Amino acid sequence: MKILTGNDLRTGAVIWWDGSGWSLHVEDAVDVGEHAAEILAREEAARHVNASYAVDAQMTAEGVRPAHIKERIRALGPTVRPDLTLKPADPSALNWVI
Amino acid sequence: MYQYDHYDQAMVDTRVEEFRDQTRRRIEGTLAEENFRPLRLQNGLYLQLHAYMLRVAVPYGTLSSRQMRMLGDIADKYDRGYGHFTTRQNIQYNWIKLEDAPDILADLASVEMHAIQTSGNCIRNISSDQYAGAAADEIVDPRPYAELLRQWSSFHPEFLHLPRKFKIAVIASDTDRAAMKLHDIGIQLVRNDKGEIGAAFYVGGGMGRTPMIAPLINPFVPIDQLITYSEACLRVYNRYGRRDNKYKARIKILVHELGKDEYTRQVEAEFAHLLSQGLEPPLAELERIKAHFVDPPFEEGLPDDLDLGDPDFALWVKSNTVAHRRPGYVVANVSLKPVGGIPGDASADQIRLMADLARDYSFDELRVTHAQNIVFPHVRKADLYTLWQKLDAADLATANLDSIGDIIACPGLDYCSLANARSIPVAQKISERFAARDRLETLGELKLKISGCINACGHHHAGHIGILGVDRKGVENYQLLLGGCEGADTSLGQITGPGFSEDGIVDAVEKATDVYLAQRQDGERFLDTYRRVGMAPFKEALYG
Ligand code: SF4
Repeated sequence: MKILTGNDLRTGAVIWWDGSGWSLHVEDAVDVGEHAAEILAREEAARHVNASYAVDAQMTAEGVRPAHIKERIRALGPTVRPDLTLKPADPSALNWVI
Repeated sequence: MYQYDHYDQAMVDTRVEEFRDQTRRRIEGTLAEENFRPLRLQNGLYLQLHAYMLRVAVPYGTLSSRQMRMLGDIADKYDRGYGHFTTRQNIQYNWIKLEDAPDILADLASVEMHAIQTSGNCIRNISSDQYAGAAADEIVDPRPYAELLRQWSSFHPEFLHLPRKFKIAVIASDTDRAAMKLHDIGIQLVRNDKGEIGAAFYVGGGMGRTPMIAPLINPFVPIDQLITYSEACLRVYNRYGRRDNKYKARIKILVHELGKDEYTRQVEAEFAHLLSQGLEPPLAELERIKAHFVDPPFEEGLPDDLDLGDPDFALWVKSNTVAHRRPGYVVANVSLKPVGGIPGDASADQIRLMADLARDYSFDELRVTHAQNIVFPHVRKADLYTLWQKLDAADLATANLDSIGDIIACPGLDYCSLANARSIPVAQKISERFAARDRLETLGELKLKISGCINACGHHHAGHIGILGVDRKGVENYQLLLGGCEGADTSLGQITGPGFSEDGIVDAVEKATDVYLAQRQDGERFLDTYRRVGMAPFKEALYG
């Protein structure tokens, strides 16, 4: 599947296209099929997202997982600072990232 | 330390207000990202893996307590409570919000700091010897000359759009502590037979994709022609540097392709022309700058002895302190490499503590080193034990300078959008593997440097042991290099062979150290043994 990501313009936070808006959580990402370019152009123009692009991903039992390690690290946070990830209280959260 | 005059302050303040307006227009939508991006980069603001990242310039690595305290406050107020000291002697913040960036720059300007020219194809922050002004072996304090170059290169209209980024280092001793020959221009201040100060110019060094050691192109440029000669070097590069190919755009490629002799000939011709143009600032300006770098009020007649009764203190003194040029004083290094820690990171509290300790014990001065450590340059020996105790209480007294635990590591794939692999976890595992005191002592000086991609921010080419992260079909992989070195006898590390997994590279490093221990002769460091026995026994142990 193809999912869309980018950064929030004001905060820089990593965000994912959920079909109607942008979410901090990769689990909310939806397959955009062939529509990546048109959605990104529209959302960039509206300044809902910055530096956006499409990435490959898979749907797993735990949810959407980006194919490449770089996007998986973007999705959760630095592997060396679990306290700064999106799930600081969950020590196993990083298991699927690396 | 240099203090801004009203021109310096006005330039920085004006830039803050310009950027505030640009940021406002970007958020409102009247400035598109493609137009805004070069503007934010000129102010050190990158968009990185997780957020915006701000790189703040620390000119030639020198900071006052007041500035250091501000760096700690910024980490708390606008970031997530820490900062990362870099191999360019700068500091980076990883979690910056665009809407906060103008306020951060304003806070920096209030302590005579900025983030200008910390990105982009321009002359970057000038780096220097972290022991400048304190080292027993320097012929002169290099910082006034670095400051003169900083002023010349800041907003230099001709050099804001160079073919590629440009890095200059200035040193003033034969012991090169700034990796000078691995810079676009390395300047060593020297004395001639008449006792006059001049500058030896090494041009065309660098790391990255195509590492090169800078050749000496002029052994003595009179000091009253320093700026004019620098201008000539840059002009030839700006005219002929490859703008068509990013990977061939650094000056090292131009010097290599033209050949040292032809490049030098062109520089000398340009220099002869420029001499008639009256470009050089008057020597009075250098004297004005020098007046900012007079010695602090050192006390005379201080005792030189230290009570080394506390064994942990004795270990730290042996490992982390360096001779000062004044009796009764010492240079103290704070290793930002605790066992299992993140190289170069310091919490806001640690940063502020170091600011306070510099105020109390080092005449208000600190230095950032290219090895991602902090220096208190002028500590009375009588105060050293107290200083150490206070550092120790804040986990800042790791005794491992220049050992295998004192690892340089770039942010790598945990933070950097250009990375191929993570650097920090590898550094953490190696530092844990070699944490035992007797292992560190047995191995002695062993500089290990890790980069997460070929851009080489972690100086892997210059490590006695270097590690380069690569992407092998989406999986992190690590190449091992041996025999690199910065300094007077600069050499470039050679790749041992096929790469290793994350755990495999830690084992490979251990095997390399085992070869060293088995082969070394009296007094040899790892590097000496490698240079004597060559790659073969290491390859045999790694792949045999
Ligand atoms: S070496 Fe590569 S991964 Fe490391 S900081 Fe530089 S660009 Fe990023």
